[in-house]
Amino acid sequence: MTIIAKPQKPWASSRKQRVTSAGVILAALISTYVFVAITPLKGKLAYFAVFFLVFILYDFLYHTRIFGVQSGKDAIARGFVAMGIFVATLPIVSILVTVFNRGSGGLHWGLFTHDMTVNSVNDPINQGGLLHALTGTFTLVAIALVISLPIGLLTALYLTEIRGRFSGPIKFLVQAMSGVPSIVAGLFILAAIVYPVTKSYSGFMGALALTILMIPTIARTAEEVLLLIPNELREAGVALGGTQWRTVAMVVVPAARSGLVTAVILGIARVAGETAPIVLLTGGGDRVNPNPFKGPMGSLPFYIWKSFSVGTPESITRAWAGIFVLLVIVLVLFVCARLLTERRNN
Amino acid sequence: MRPAPPEKRELTTLPRFSDKVFRGVVTGGGLSSLVILGLIFAFLAYQGYSVLRSQGIHFITGSKWQIVQDAAGNVDYTQTKFGIAAMLIGTMLCSIIAVVIAVPISVLSALFLTFYAPPLVKRIMVAVVDLMAAFPSILFGLWGFFILMPSVEYWAKLIHKYFGFIPIFKLEAPVVTRSPFVAGVVLAVMIIPIITSISREIFSQTPLDRVQAAYALGATRWAMIRAVALPYGRSGIVGGAMLGLGRAMGETVAVYTVLNIIYQVNWHVLLGAGGNVASMILLKFGEAGPQEIKALMAAGLVLFLLTLLVNSLADFVVKRTGVKGR
Repeated sequence: MTIIAKPQKPWASSRKQRVTSAGVILAALISTYVFVAITPLKGKLAYFAVFFLVFILYDFLYHTRIFGVQSGKDAIARGFVAMGIFVATLPIVSILVTVFNRGSGGLHWGLFTHDMTVNSVNDPINQGGLLHALTGTFTLVAIALVISLPIGLLTALYLTEIRGRFSGPIKFLVQAMSGVPSIVAGLFILAAIVYPVTKSYSGFMGALALTILMIPTIARTAEEVLLLIPNELREAGVALGGTQWRTVAMVVVPAARSGLVTAVILGIARVAGETAPIVLLTGGGDRVNPNPFKGPMGSLPFYIWKSFSVGTPESITRAWAGIFVLLVIVLVLFVCARLLTERRNN
Repeated sequence: MRPAPPEKRELTTLPRFSDKVFRGVVTGGGLSSLVILGLIFAFLAYQGYSVLRSQGIHFITGSKWQIVQDAAGNVDYTQTKFGIAAMLIGTMLCSIIAVVIAVPISVLSALFLTFYAPPLVKRIMVAVVDLMAAFPSILFGLWGFFILMPSVEYWAKLIHKYFGFIPIFKLEAPVVTRSPFVAGVVLAVMIIPIITSISREIFSQTPLDRVQAAYALGATRWAMIRAVALPYGRSGIVGGAMLGLGRAMGETVAVYTVLNIIYQVNWHVLLGAGGNVASMILLKFGEAGPQEIKALMAAGLVLFLLTLLVNSLADFVVKRTGVKGR
């Protein structure tokens, strides 16, 4: 007869331990409630702070009593770490809930078929729409992408394929460029092109400013992706008699395709909601403008910005509806990027 | 008769023509970041030069922004003063508040994600934190204005009540709405994801042998973190904090939305008046005359150089991580 050893998990918490830790939480909850009830401390903040401190205290005492003071200190650290992640994720939950609650009130199908040519932001919420803003944002991002994708990709290729003398400095400069404030990018286009040359606002100027913000994102993501391509592929390409150009164009870049798509998506997500340069440069029209080189061009951030600045209840509902649409776009882009990355890693 | 053997191929180590072109194009593209940064500096300096020259060092040290016009409505250049010290102080104040709030929270979250979280929770949380980094700043602005501000005002009153004796928390007027403190909290929320993801990356590179050695010696998790992870990741955390500082200093729209921008030097973080350079540019841009636009360009140049400096320092510090260790 063979005896099969039953797998044991000595590190897993036993039933008794789980009951006791639930007891600690319960005790902390009760103490918090009593404490808030009998002292003048009131409000959500009081509940949160008192519960947190009381819980850590109880946990500390319990662990010190059973396992000694080192374990007690560990319990304190665990409590603080848990609080850290809680506080860090609280805003995102709050943001998502808020945008959903306030934005869904302003949603209707007309948003996607009307622009604001004949409506003002103070009109009832079911009139007018976002069409001009959506087409504008689409145009701006498309132009920015067409310019920044080649530049970003070439930068990444320089860093991974050529690895020349300037690799170090360029890496540093790309990093520095990703820290350029968006308003400075806007001012630069203003100083370099709008005032000396065109003397008028247009969608193209906004797109140029977005390009400056997009290049570092694309370059850095693409560089990371290209670094993951195994060197054997490059060697195989060269061993088959390919020149470096053929190897890169027909082996390396195709192998990194899905990663490069991720880079593009992240770049789009980075600039789609960028507001400051758009406010400076595009002029923000209220009608659908298919020509990026002439006339003011609306966009989602500008629409949100304008509606928010007016400050009436209708316009603020409009701003939230705009935010809702923008957030959905960013979320979709982000999820796409994630899925592509996960698939590549598997 | 046998066919003639093919002519001997010339053997050479010289790159082909196509490769020369390829390498040239890629190098050119690679240098684009240098070109763009150089152009930004050059054009902002060119546009702001006249203001910088007429104001001299007072552009940074002075805190008056007044355009004096004579009777005919022309700008009187001898009286006109541009000084951005008030806004520079505001920039520093808001972003330092943000970093002070964000760093402990971010480091704790990064510790949780690296050493405490089970794999599934970790995967979800990392995605959530990264998602937050991708949110547009106007979203943070509106959320901060409508949702966060009432709570923060309440906190500000509490701080004033219990810590009012510290000079920086003094209030001369009972106005706590739209103060630098509120802006600092909103900026903190914005930079938490950045600092968290950098700290997390650094912590995840902690040498496994040292971690296991600490456990083998009987260390608890906290003892291991204190003895191994924190010393290893220290400079990475500092670098991440500085990157966050750089981001906070350049933030425009979120600050513009929540802050009551008043052109004065204000050291009292709870008082509802202040500003930062970026939001000031956005505010004044709308109705600025030609001379004022030039001053705004110069202000943009100062902001550009400041963020460049902070980012370079951060980059330098992050790169040093792991070179020294215990």
